[in-house]
Amino acid sequence: MIRVVLPAHLRTLAHVDGEVSLDVEGQVTQRSVLDALEACYPMLRGTIRDQVTHQRRAFVRFFACEEDWSHEPPDAPLPDAVAVGAEPLLIIGAMAGG
Amino acid sequence: MSMVRVLVGTRKGAFVLTSDATRDRWDISGPHFAGWEIYHVTSSPADPNRLYASQSSGWFGQQIQRSNDGGQTWEPVGNKFAYDGVPGTHQWYDGTPHPWEFKRVWHLEPSLTDPDTVYAGVEDAALFRSIDGGQTWQELPSLRGVKGHLWQPGAGGMCLHTIVLDPSHPERIFIAISAAGVFRTDDAGKTWRPMNRGLKSPYELPDPQAEVGHCVHRIAMHRSRPGVLFMQKHWDVMRSDDAGESWHEISGNLPTDFGFPIAVHAHEPDTIYVVPITSDSEHYPPDGKLRVYRSRTGGHEWEALTHGLPQRDCYVNVLRDAMAVDALDACGVYFGTTGGQVYASANAGDSWAPIVRDLPAVVCVEVQVLP
Repeated sequence: MIRVVLPAHLRTLAHVDGEVSLDVEGQVTQRSVLDALEACYPMLRGTIRDQVTHQRRAFVRFFACEEDWSHEPPDAPLPDAVAVGAEPLLIIGAMAGG
Repeated sequence: MSMVRVLVGTRKGAFVLTSDATRDRWDISGPHFAGWEIYHVTSSPADPNRLYASQSSGWFGQQIQRSNDGGQTWEPVGNKFAYDGVPGTHQWYDGTPHPWEFKRVWHLEPSLTDPDTVYAGVEDAALFRSIDGGQTWQELPSLRGVKGHLWQPGAGGMCLHTIVLDPSHPERIFIAISAAGVFRTDDAGKTWRPMNRGLKSPYELPDPQAEVGHCVHRIAMHRSRPGVLFMQKHWDVMRSDDAGESWHEISGNLPTDFGFPIAVHAHEPDTIYVVPITSDSEHYPPDGKLRVYRSRTGGHEWEALTHGLPQRDCYVNVLRDAMAVDALDACGVYFGTTGGQVYASANAGDSWAPIVRDLPAVVCVEVQVLP
Protein backbone atom coordinates (compact mmCIF):
# COMPACT_ATOMS: atom_id res chain seq x y z
CA MET A 1 0.00 0.00 0.00
CA ILE A 2 1.15 3.50 -0.83
CA ARG A 3 0.95 5.98 2.03
CA VAL A 4 -0.01 9.61 1.37
CA VAL A 5 -0.11 12.45 3.87
CA LEU A 6 -2.53 15.22 2.90
CA PRO A 7 -2.52 18.81 4.16
CA ALA A 8 -5.10 19.60 6.82
CA HIS A 9 -7.60 21.36 4.55
CA LEU A 10 -7.66 18.42 2.16
CA ARG A 11 -8.03 15.88 5.00
CA THR A 12 -11.09 17.83 6.09
CA LEU A 13 -12.42 17.95 2.54
CA ALA A 14 -11.90 14.20 2.05
CA HIS A 15 -13.19 13.34 5.55
CA VAL A 16 -10.04 11.42 6.51
CA ASP A 17 -7.82 11.43 9.58
CA GLY A 18 -4.12 10.80 9.39
CA GLU A 19 -2.53 9.08 6.43
CA VAL A 20 -4.33 7.74 3.38
CA SER A 21 -3.44 4.26 2.10
CA LEU A 22 -3.82 3.52 -1.60
CA ASP A 23 -3.47 0.59 -3.97
CA VAL A 24 -1.53 1.79 -6.98
CA GLU A 25 -1.41 -0.21 -10.21
CA GLY A 26 1.93 -0.43 -12.00
CA GLN A 27 4.83 1.93 -11.45
CA VAL A 28 4.57 4.26 -8.48
CA THR A 29 4.83 7.81 -9.79
CA GLN A 30 3.28 11.15 -8.92
CA ARG A 31 0.74 10.60 -11.67
CA SER A 32 -0.23 7.05 -10.66
CA VAL A 33 -0.49 8.00 -6.99
CA LEU A 34 -2.64 11.05 -7.76
CA ASP A 35 -4.81 9.02 -10.13
CA ALA A 36 -5.42 6.48 -7.35
CA LEU A 37 -5.97 9.22 -4.77
CA GLU A 38 -8.54 11.02 -6.92
CA ALA A 39 -10.29 7.76 -7.76
CA CYS A 40 -10.76 7.03 -4.04
CA TYR A 41 -11.51 10.62 -3.08
CA PRO A 42 -13.19 12.38 -6.05
CA MET A 43 -13.62 15.56 -4.03
CA LEU A 44 -9.84 16.05 -4.25
CA ARG A 45 -9.95 16.43 -8.03
CA GLY A 46 -8.66 19.87 -8.91
CA THR A 47 -7.20 20.57 -5.47
CA ILE A 48 -3.70 19.20 -6.07
CA ARG A 49 -3.42 19.39 -9.85
CA ASP A 50 -5.46 21.12 -12.51
CA GLN A 51 -8.41 19.04 -13.71
CA VAL A 52 -7.77 19.77 -17.37
CA THR A 53 -3.98 20.09 -17.72
CA HIS A 54 -3.04 17.89 -14.73
CA GLN A 55 -0.36 20.43 -13.86
CA ARG A 56 0.49 20.68 -10.16
CA ARG A 57 -1.19 23.68 -8.55
CA ALA A 58 1.31 26.45 -7.93
CA PHE A 59 1.20 26.36 -4.12
CA VAL A 60 1.24 22.58 -3.71
CA ARG A 61 4.48 20.68 -3.16
CA PHE A 62 5.41 16.98 -3.06
CA PHE A 63 8.00 15.64 -0.62
CA ALA A 64 9.28 12.08 -0.15
CA CYS A 65 12.19 10.72 1.86
CA GLU A 66 13.10 14.29 2.86
CA GLU A 67 13.46 15.40 -0.74
CA ASP A 68 11.39 17.84 -2.80
CA TRP A 69 9.84 15.98 -5.74
CA SER A 70 7.66 18.87 -6.84
CA HIS A 71 9.58 19.64 -9.98
CA GLU A 72 10.18 16.06 -11.08
CA PRO A 73 8.26 14.84 -14.13
CA PRO A 74 4.88 13.34 -13.18
CA ASP A 75 5.86 9.96 -14.61
CA ALA A 76 9.22 9.72 -12.83
CA PRO A 77 9.31 6.78 -10.39
CA LEU A 78 9.00 7.82 -6.77
CA PRO A 79 11.61 6.46 -4.29
CA ASP A 80 11.51 2.75 -3.53
CA ALA A 81 10.72 3.52 0.10
CA VAL A 82 7.46 5.15 -1.06
CA ALA A 83 6.72 2.33 -3.51
CA VAL A 84 6.95 -0.31 -0.75
CA GLY A 85 5.06 1.78 1.79
CA ALA A 86 7.99 2.37 4.13
CA GLU A 87 7.75 6.14 3.66
CA PRO A 88 4.76 8.34 2.79
CA LEU A 89 4.41 10.80 -0.06
CA LEU A 90 3.85 14.15 1.61
CA ILE A 91 1.53 16.60 -0.17
CA ILE A 92 2.14 20.03 1.29
CA GLY A 93 0.41 23.38 0.99
CA ALA A 94 3.37 25.69 0.37
CA MET A 95 4.06 28.44 2.86
CA ALA A 96 3.08 31.61 1.02
CA GLY A 97 1.30 34.86 1.56
CA GLY A 98 3.47 36.58 4.16
CA MET B 1 -43.76 31.93 13.41
CA SER B 2 -41.44 32.35 10.46
CA MET B 3 -37.72 31.90 10.82
CA VAL B 4 -35.00 34.01 9.23
CA ARG B 5 -31.75 32.44 8.06
CA VAL B 6 -28.84 34.66 7.04
CA LEU B 7 -26.07 32.99 5.04
CA VAL B 8 -22.71 34.69 5.43
CA GLY B 9 -19.54 33.97 3.48
CA THR B 10 -16.23 35.31 4.80
CA ARG B 11 -12.55 35.18 3.98
CA LYS B 12 -12.18 32.26 6.41
CA GLY B 13 -15.38 30.26 6.25
CA ALA B 14 -19.17 30.39 6.13
CA PHE B 15 -21.58 31.16 8.96
CA VAL B 16 -25.33 30.64 9.30
CA LEU B 17 -27.24 33.12 11.47
CA THR B 18 -30.80 32.27 12.48
CA SER B 19 -33.58 34.07 14.29
CA ASP B 20 -37.32 34.03 14.62
CA ALA B 21 -39.29 36.68 12.77
CA THR B 22 -38.72 39.27 15.47
CA ARG B 23 -35.07 39.33 14.37
CA ASP B 24 -34.01 40.27 17.89
CA ARG B 25 -31.95 37.28 19.01
CA TRP B 26 -29.68 35.33 16.74
CA ASP B 27 -27.98 31.95 16.86
CA ILE B 28 -24.72 31.67 14.99
CA SER B 29 -23.32 28.45 13.56
CA GLY B 30 -19.97 28.00 11.88
CA PRO B 31 -17.41 28.32 10.64
CA HIS B 32 -18.31 25.91 7.88
CA PHE B 33 -15.37 25.20 5.55
CA ALA B 34 -13.07 26.83 8.10
CA GLY B 35 -10.07 28.55 6.62
CA TRP B 36 -11.43 28.72 3.06
CA GLU B 37 -12.64 31.84 1.29
CA ILE B 38 -16.38 31.67 0.72
CA TYR B 39 -17.16 33.87 -2.22
CA HIS B 40 -20.86 33.07 -2.16
CA VAL B 41 -23.36 30.95 -0.25
CA THR B 42 -26.98 31.07 -1.31
CA SER B 43 -30.24 29.13 -1.46
CA SER B 44 -32.62 27.81 -4.08
CA PRO B 45 -35.88 29.78 -4.36
CA ALA B 46 -37.52 26.47 -5.31
CA ASP B 47 -36.26 24.54 -2.25
CA PRO B 48 -35.14 26.64 0.70
CA ASN B 49 -33.12 23.79 2.22
CA ARG B 50 -31.03 23.42 -0.95
CA LEU B 51 -27.97 25.62 -0.48
CA TYR B 52 -24.91 26.11 -2.66
CA ALA B 53 -21.55 27.52 -1.59
CA SER B 54 -18.48 28.57 -3.52
CA GLN B 55 -15.41 27.61 -1.52
CA SER B 56 -12.07 28.88 -2.80
CA SER B 57 -8.42 28.67 -1.83
CA GLY B 58 -5.26 30.07 -3.33
CA TRP B 59 -3.61 26.74 -2.51
CA PHE B 60 -6.24 24.17 -3.37
CA GLY B 61 -8.50 25.88 -5.89
CA GLN B 62 -12.26 25.78 -6.23
CA GLN B 63 -14.87 23.66 -4.51
CA ILE B 64 -18.64 23.81 -4.82
CA GLN B 65 -20.51 22.60 -1.75
CA ARG B 66 -24.17 21.64 -1.66
CA SER B 67 -26.49 21.21 1.28
CA ASN B 68 -29.91 19.55 1.23
CA ASP B 69 -30.78 20.35 4.85
CA GLY B 70 -30.40 24.09 5.14
CA GLY B 71 -26.71 24.06 5.89
CA GLN B 72 -26.54 21.45 8.65
CA THR B 73 -24.55 19.10 6.41
CA TRP B 74 -22.71 19.71 3.16
CA GLU B 75 -21.26 17.63 0.36
CA PRO B 76 -18.72 18.67 -2.26
CA VAL B 77 -20.11 18.45 -5.78
CA GLY B 78 -18.54 19.19 -9.16
CA ASN B 79 -15.66 21.63 -9.37
CA LYS B 80 -14.58 21.23 -12.97
CA PHE B 81 -15.11 24.52 -14.80
CA ALA B 82 -13.65 23.95 -18.24
CA TYR B 83 -14.12 26.69 -20.80
CA ASP B 84 -15.81 25.58 -23.98
CA GLY B 85 -13.22 25.11 -26.73
CA VAL B 86 -10.05 27.17 -26.84
CA PRO B 87 -10.94 30.29 -24.88
CA GLY B 88 -8.43 32.64 -26.50
CA THR B 89 -7.42 35.90 -24.87
CA HIS B 90 -8.88 38.94 -23.14
CA GLN B 91 -7.04 42.16 -22.38
CA TRP B 92 -4.62 42.35 -19.48
CA TYR B 93 -4.33 45.47 -17.31
CA ASP B 94 -1.79 46.94 -19.73
CA GLY B 95 -3.94 46.25 -22.78
CA THR B 96 -1.95 43.25 -23.99
CA PRO B 97 -3.69 39.95 -24.80
CA HIS B 98 -3.87 37.56 -21.87
CA PRO B 99 -5.09 33.95 -21.95
CA TRP B 100 -8.36 33.08 -20.29
CA GLU B 101 -7.70 31.13 -17.05
CA PHE B 102 -10.25 29.83 -14.57
CA LYS B 103 -9.56 31.13 -11.05
CA ARG B 104 -12.71 30.89 -8.94
CA VAL B 105 -16.50 31.09 -8.73
CA TRP B 106 -17.67 34.48 -7.54
CA HIS B 107 -21.41 34.03 -7.61
CA LEU B 108 -23.93 31.20 -7.67
CA GLU B 109 -27.50 31.86 -8.78
CA PRO B 110 -29.96 28.97 -8.42
CA SER B 111 -32.87 28.76 -10.84
CA LEU B 112 -36.13 30.30 -9.69
CA THR B 113 -37.99 27.05 -10.33
CA ASP B 114 -35.60 24.06 -10.26
CA PRO B 115 -33.32 23.38 -7.28
CA ASP B 116 -30.95 21.32 -9.46
CA THR B 117 -30.33 24.10 -11.95
CA VAL B 118 -27.80 26.70 -10.87
CA TYR B 119 -25.67 29.27 -12.65
CA ALA B 120 -22.07 30.12 -11.72
CA GLY B 121 -20.29 33.36 -12.54
CA VAL B 122 -16.56 32.82 -12.63
CA GLU B 123 -13.21 34.57 -12.94
CA ASP B 124 -11.86 34.85 -15.67
CA ALA B 125 -15.30 35.99 -16.67
CA ALA B 126 -17.67 33.36 -18.00
CA LEU B 127 -21.08 31.93 -17.14
CA PHE B 128 -21.54 28.24 -16.38
CA ARG B 129 -24.73 26.27 -15.74
CA SER B 130 -25.38 23.01 -13.95
CA ILE B 131 -28.65 21.12 -14.37
CA ASP B 132 -27.71 18.27 -12.04
CA GLY B 133 -27.38 20.00 -8.71
CA GLY B 134 -23.83 21.16 -9.26
CA GLN B 135 -22.33 17.80 -10.20
CA THR B 136 -21.31 18.94 -13.68
CA TRP B 137 -20.93 22.39 -15.21
CA GLN B 138 -21.23 23.55 -18.80
CA GLU B 139 -20.21 26.96 -20.05
CA LEU B 140 -22.61 29.19 -21.96
CA PRO B 141 -19.79 30.20 -24.28
CA SER B 142 -21.42 32.68 -26.61
CA LEU B 143 -21.20 35.30 -23.87
CA ARG B 144 -17.44 35.47 -24.34
CA GLY B 145 -18.08 36.01 -28.02
CA VAL B 146 -19.48 39.46 -27.28
CA LYS B 147 -16.18 41.28 -27.68
CA GLY B 148 -14.54 39.15 -24.99
CA HIS B 149 -11.17 39.95 -26.48
CA LEU B 150 -11.71 43.55 -25.30
CA TRP B 151 -12.73 42.72 -21.72
CA GLN B 152 -10.26 43.74 -19.06
CA PRO B 153 -9.98 42.83 -15.38
CA GLY B 154 -11.04 45.25 -12.68
CA ALA B 155 -8.85 45.64 -9.61
CA GLY B 156 -10.40 42.53 -8.09
CA GLY B 157 -9.94 40.40 -11.18
CA MET B 158 -12.02 39.82 -14.30
CA CYS B 159 -15.02 38.39 -12.55
CA LEU B 160 -18.59 37.65 -13.55
CA HIS B 161 -20.10 38.65 -10.22
CA THR B 162 -23.79 39.32 -10.81
CA ILE B 163 -26.47 37.05 -12.26
CA VAL B 164 -30.08 38.26 -12.28
CA LEU B 165 -32.84 35.93 -13.48
CA ASP B 166 -36.02 37.51 -14.84
CA PRO B 167 -39.07 35.95 -13.14
CA SER B 168 -41.43 37.06 -15.92
CA HIS B 169 -39.26 35.90 -18.81
CA PRO B 170 -37.65 32.53 -18.01
CA GLU B 171 -35.10 32.73 -20.84
CA ARG B 172 -33.90 36.25 -19.94
CA ILE B 173 -30.76 36.56 -17.81
CA PHE B 174 -28.74 39.65 -16.94
CA ILE B 175 -25.11 39.30 -15.94
CA ALA B 176 -22.44 41.83 -14.99
CA ILE B 177 -18.67 41.65 -15.30
CA SER B 178 -15.87 43.81 -13.94
CA ALA B 179 -14.74 45.42 -16.15
CA ALA B 180 -16.81 44.57 -19.18
CA GLY B 181 -20.30 45.69 -18.18
CA VAL B 182 -23.85 44.31 -18.31
CA PHE B 183 -24.98 41.69 -20.81
CA ARG B 184 -28.43 40.19 -21.44
CA THR B 185 -29.67 37.05 -23.07
CA ASP B 186 -33.30 36.53 -24.09
CA ASP B 187 -32.83 32.93 -25.23
CA ALA B 188 -31.41 31.19 -22.15
CA GLY B 189 -27.81 31.95 -23.02
CA LYS B 190 -27.64 31.11 -26.71
CA THR B 191 -27.02 34.73 -27.68
CA TRP B 192 -26.07 37.81 -25.67
CA ARG B 193 -26.05 41.57 -26.15
CA PRO B 194 -24.10 44.22 -24.23
CA MET B 195 -26.45 46.46 -22.24
CA ASN B 196 -24.30 49.47 -21.40
CA ARG B 197 -25.82 52.39 -23.27
CA GLY B 198 -25.82 55.46 -21.05
CA LEU B 199 -23.01 54.34 -18.79
CA LYS B 200 -20.19 56.87 -18.58
CA SER B 201 -16.65 55.90 -17.67
CA PRO B 202 -14.70 58.83 -19.14
CA TYR B 203 -11.34 58.03 -17.57
CA GLU B 204 -11.26 54.34 -18.44
CA LEU B 205 -13.29 54.56 -21.67
CA PRO B 206 -12.95 57.86 -23.52
CA ASP B 207 -15.32 56.59 -26.22
CA PRO B 208 -18.84 57.34 -24.91
CA GLN B 209 -20.27 54.81 -27.35
CA ALA B 210 -18.06 51.94 -26.10
CA GLU B 211 -20.23 48.84 -25.88
CA VAL B 212 -18.01 47.00 -23.38
CA GLY B 213 -15.43 47.92 -20.79
CA HIS B 214 -17.53 49.47 -18.02
CA CYS B 215 -16.76 48.53 -14.42
CA VAL B 216 -20.20 47.55 -13.16
CA HIS B 217 -20.14 46.55 -9.49
CA ARG B 218 -23.65 45.19 -8.98
CA ILE B 219 -27.15 45.24 -10.43
CA ALA B 220 -30.45 44.60 -8.66
CA MET B 221 -34.07 44.05 -9.65
CA HIS B 222 -37.43 43.87 -7.90
CA ARG B 223 -39.31 40.71 -8.86
CA SER B 224 -42.55 42.59 -9.45
CA ARG B 225 -40.99 44.96 -11.96
CA PRO B 226 -38.28 43.12 -13.87
CA GLY B 227 -37.91 45.79 -16.54
CA VAL B 228 -36.42 48.17 -14.00
CA LEU B 229 -32.81 47.61 -12.98
CA PHE B 230 -30.64 49.46 -10.52
CA MET B 231 -26.86 49.54 -10.75
CA GLN B 232 -23.97 50.47 -8.52
CA LYS B 233 -21.19 51.20 -10.96
CA HIS B 234 -17.57 51.82 -10.03
CA TRP B 235 -18.63 55.46 -9.90
CA ASP B 236 -22.30 56.39 -10.40
CA VAL B 237 -25.56 54.84 -9.27
CA MET B 238 -27.65 54.10 -12.36
CA ARG B 239 -31.15 52.99 -13.33
CA SER B 240 -32.66 51.39 -16.39
CA ASP B 241 -36.39 51.46 -17.13
CA ASP B 242 -36.16 49.36 -20.28
CA ALA B 243 -34.54 46.11 -19.12
CA GLY B 244 -31.02 47.40 -19.62
CA GLU B 245 -31.43 48.94 -23.08
CA SER B 246 -30.42 52.32 -21.65
CA TRP B 247 -29.26 53.68 -18.31
CA HIS B 248 -29.49 57.04 -16.58
CA GLU B 249 -27.81 58.32 -13.47
CA ILE B 250 -29.71 58.53 -10.17
CA SER B 251 -26.84 59.39 -7.82
CA GLY B 252 -28.61 62.62 -6.80
CA ASN B 253 -27.54 63.86 -3.38
CA LEU B 254 -25.36 60.90 -2.38
CA PRO B 255 -22.18 62.03 -0.61
CA THR B 256 -20.21 59.88 -3.05
CA ASP B 257 -21.53 57.62 -5.76
CA PHE B 258 -18.73 55.06 -5.51
CA GLY B 259 -19.66 51.80 -3.83
CA PHE B 260 -20.26 48.11 -4.30
CA PRO B 261 -23.67 46.72 -3.24
CA ILE B 262 -27.15 47.85 -4.23
CA ALA B 263 -30.39 46.27 -3.01
CA VAL B 264 -34.12 46.76 -3.52
CA HIS B 265 -36.72 46.71 -0.73
CA ALA B 266 -38.72 43.45 -0.78
CA HIS B 267 -42.13 45.16 -1.04
CA GLU B 268 -41.43 48.64 -2.42
CA PRO B 269 -39.83 48.47 -5.87
CA ASP B 270 -38.78 52.11 -5.76
CA THR B 271 -37.00 51.84 -2.41
CA ILE B 272 -33.32 51.10 -2.90
CA TYR B 273 -30.23 50.93 -0.73
CA VAL B 274 -26.55 51.68 -1.34
CA VAL B 275 -23.50 52.09 0.89
CA PRO B 276 -21.42 55.02 -0.38
CA ILE B 277 -17.67 54.53 -0.16
CA THR B 278 -15.19 57.39 -0.32
CA SER B 279 -13.49 56.53 -3.60
CA ASP B 280 -11.83 53.81 -5.63
CA SER B 281 -8.57 54.52 -3.85
CA GLU B 282 -10.11 54.85 -0.37
CA HIS B 283 -12.38 51.87 0.19
CA TYR B 284 -14.05 53.08 3.38
CA PRO B 285 -17.05 55.29 4.21
CA PRO B 286 -16.69 59.08 3.99
CA ASP B 287 -15.74 60.79 7.26
CA GLY B 288 -15.42 57.48 9.10
CA LYS B 289 -19.24 57.24 9.30
CA LEU B 290 -20.92 54.03 8.22
CA ARG B 291 -24.11 55.13 6.49
CA VAL B 292 -26.56 53.21 4.37
CA TYR B 293 -28.39 55.49 1.97
CA ARG B 294 -32.01 54.82 1.08
CA SER B 295 -34.03 56.28 -1.74
CA ARG B 296 -37.81 55.87 -1.62
CA THR B 297 -38.20 57.51 -5.01
CA GLY B 298 -36.27 55.11 -7.19
CA GLY B 299 -33.18 57.26 -7.03
CA HIS B 300 -32.10 60.92 -7.09
CA GLU B 301 -33.28 61.65 -3.54
CA TRP B 302 -31.40 59.80 -0.82
CA GLU B 303 -31.52 59.80 2.98
CA ALA B 304 -28.74 58.66 5.28
CA LEU B 305 -29.60 55.77 7.60
CA THR B 306 -27.35 55.98 10.62
CA HIS B 307 -29.24 54.87 13.72
CA GLY B 308 -27.26 52.04 15.28
CA LEU B 309 -24.35 52.27 12.85
CA PRO B 310 -20.93 53.61 13.91
CA GLN B 311 -20.68 57.32 13.17
CA ARG B 312 -17.04 57.83 13.96
CA ASP B 313 -13.73 56.06 13.30
CA CYS B 314 -15.28 53.46 11.02
CA TYR B 315 -13.17 52.43 8.03
CA VAL B 316 -14.70 49.20 6.79
CA ASN B 317 -15.99 48.39 3.33
CA VAL B 318 -19.14 46.56 2.21
CA LEU B 319 -18.51 44.27 -0.76
CA ARG B 320 -20.82 43.80 -3.74
CA ASP B 321 -22.52 40.58 -2.61
CA ALA B 322 -22.68 41.57 1.05
CA MET B 323 -26.15 43.17 1.24
CA ALA B 324 -29.53 41.45 1.19
CA VAL B 325 -33.17 41.98 2.14
CA ASP B 326 -35.71 39.63 3.65
CA ALA B 327 -39.37 39.34 2.65
CA LEU B 328 -40.93 39.89 6.06
CA ASP B 329 -43.14 42.83 6.84
CA ALA B 330 -41.40 45.12 7.74
CA CYS B 331 -38.64 44.36 5.28
CA GLY B 332 -35.35 43.38 6.89
CA VAL B 333 -32.08 44.69 5.48
CA TYR B 334 -28.71 43.07 6.17
CA PHE B 335 -25.12 43.81 5.28
CA GLY B 336 -21.69 42.54 6.23
CA THR B 337 -18.44 44.47 6.40
CA THR B 338 -14.79 43.81 5.78
CA GLY B 339 -14.37 44.35 9.52
CA GLY B 340 -16.42 41.23 10.25
CA GLN B 341 -19.65 42.81 11.42
CA VAL B 342 -23.05 41.76 10.13
CA TYR B 343 -25.64 44.48 10.69
CA ALA B 344 -29.38 43.96 10.49
CA SER B 345 -32.34 46.26 10.35
CA ALA B 346 -35.80 44.84 11.05
CA ASN B 347 -37.51 48.07 9.96
CA ALA B 348 -36.35 48.69 6.40
CA GLY B 349 -33.24 50.52 7.50
CA ASP B 350 -34.63 52.96 10.06
CA SER B 351 -32.44 51.43 12.77
CA TRP B 352 -29.65 48.90 12.84
CA ALA B 353 -27.95 46.54 15.23
CA PRO B 354 -25.06 44.14 14.79
CA ILE B 355 -25.96 40.45 14.71
CA VAL B 356 -22.30 39.57 15.13
CA ARG B 357 -19.23 41.77 15.35
CA ASP B 358 -16.09 39.74 14.97
CA LEU B 359 -16.27 37.43 12.00
CA PRO B 360 -13.53 37.35 9.38
CA ALA B 361 -13.99 39.89 6.58
CA VAL B 362 -17.47 39.38 5.14
CA VAL B 363 -17.65 38.65 1.42
CA CYS B 364 -21.33 37.85 0.92
CA VAL B 365 -24.67 37.96 2.72
CA GLU B 366 -27.91 36.29 1.66
CA VAL B 367 -31.13 35.92 3.61
CA GLN B 368 -34.04 33.51 3.61
CA VAL B 369 -37.44 33.59 5.32
CA LEU B 370 -38.57 30.07 6.22
CA PRO B 371 -42.12 29.12 7.13
